[in-house]
Amino acid sequence: MITVRDAYKSFNGNQVLKGLSLEIRDGEMFALIGRSGLGKSVLLKHIIGLMRPDKGEIFVDDQNISSLRGKQLVAIRQKFGYLFQEGALFDSLTVFENVAFPLREKTAMKDPEIKERVFAELEQMGLKNDAQKYPAELSGGMRKRASLARAMIMQPSIMLFDEPTTGLDPIIGQSILNYIQLCHRRLGFTGIIVTHDVPRVFSIVQKIAMMDAGRIIINGTYDEIVSQNNPEFKQFLSGSIEGPLHYV
Amino acid sequence: MFSYIKMLGCGALGILEILGSYGMFLLTAFFWLFSSPLKFRRVLEQIVFIGVKSTVIVLLTGAFTGMVFALQVFYALSKFGGESLLGPTVALSLIRELGPVVSALMITGRAGSALSSEIGIMRITEQIDALEIMAVNPYRYLIVPNMVAAIVSFPLLGAFFSIIGIWGGYLVGVKLLGVSEGTYFGEMSNFVDMKDITMGITKSLSFGLIVSLVCCYKGYYTEYGAKGVGKAITQSVVISSVLILIWDYFITSISL
Repeated sequence: MITVRDAYKSFNGNQVLKGLSLEIRDGEMFALIGRSGLGKSVLLKHIIGLMRPDKGEIFVDDQNISSLRGKQLVAIRQKFGYLFQEGALFDSLTVFENVAFPLREKTAMKDPEIKERVFAELEQMGLKNDAQKYPAELSGGMRKRASLARAMIMQPSIMLFDEPTTGLDPIIGQSILNYIQLCHRRLGFTGIIVTHDVPRVFSIVQKIAMMDAGRIIINGTYDEIVSQNNPEFKQFLSGSIEGPLHYV
Repeated sequence: MFSYIKMLGCGALGILEILGSYGMFLLTAFFWLFSSPLKFRRVLEQIVFIGVKSTVIVLLTGAFTGMVFALQVFYALSKFGGESLLGPTVALSLIRELGPVVSALMITGRAGSALSSEIGIMRITEQIDALEIMAVNPYRYLIVPNMVAAIVSFPLLGAFFSIIGIWGGYLVGVKLLGVSEGTYFGEMSNFVDMKDITMGITKSLSFGLIVSLVCCYKGYYTEYGAKGVGKAITQSVVISSVLILIWDYFITSISL
């Protein structure tokens, strides 16, 4: 269970989170949508403990992650996987070495077992034949899949996806969403997807929250939100510049 | 008057803040160096990157530094008939001063800049964040191996520089200018003692620490974008080079 309680965060006087509260249940796939540059990725970084709120609390499995330090923070981070917007693959390592990296660093596994696990994961992602390539040799979609394989290799119980389909064509984007869904079915993690890829992402999530002005303004299942006939949600979905949301 | 004092105070506080930040960075690196097992594979990779790959440039500059130094010293010594002192003068200058300093400047230009750009690019492409998320400490994985590799590589390369420089001086002094081989090397062993070699090594060790600290720090705290990385590289090379020369003066004046 992930609980964000009344979180505030500002950067150089610019208030990004303004008393944001949110609750995500175990095993739930959750989409976080909203206009660009208004703090969705910042919220993800708070949930994983890369940033700390100026005020408020963030609980992950009943532990206040914003107050954890040292070994306790390291221990809780091992529950997480994170798919970065640009992949964040280590560019000096091959795809195989990137995916093997967490196993080599955080487990006592021997090389044959690591090899077996990595190739199984790469096969799932359709990258078995690209294991010896470097990130610079991969297309955008392949980089995302390699990054996804690296995030999944430790079988996390919480997965955070930062705009997993941004910059990809609709077909590759859909394939990435399919991979995410496949991984969720296999591992049963709690997933938060920050995305603008609407309405496509709604097919793989159970709940949706919309963020604006540093708060959650809509929260619920797709059917619940549609039944509320919310103007912000309708405007975001249609991509219209006319409506209650102003572009920034 | 008041604004002048205020400006001075702000400047002093700014400098203290920067020094404190470097100090904390160094202390954190030392903490991870001594509190957890060293990543030998990473250290070896970085010794290859900082040390082995700088060998050619260090040998080349060492040879020519020794050669030109022998030419200049021979010219000066011949004015009062002291050509027999060519060997020890070249050796003492190289071992105590030129070897550690010039080799450190060369390594800074080649490996220090690459080091800060590599870490800087890792920062702006979120690779350092990825390490943290995977619960891998970036100091332990990135900073400590680079510092250890620099501390190992700098004295070795400084020694190579001095040896090849003495050989360059030999080529010019003995083969070109006619100083006898026995005089060149014989006088050298009379004048150079262990204290001089220790001093050269001490200098190289401290330069290794200074350069790796500055380059890792600048890379680690790179500002965003290509401009930020470019700025980090320039600053790391300039600051490292200036600190090498300043620290060289202090360490020499203390030990004399």
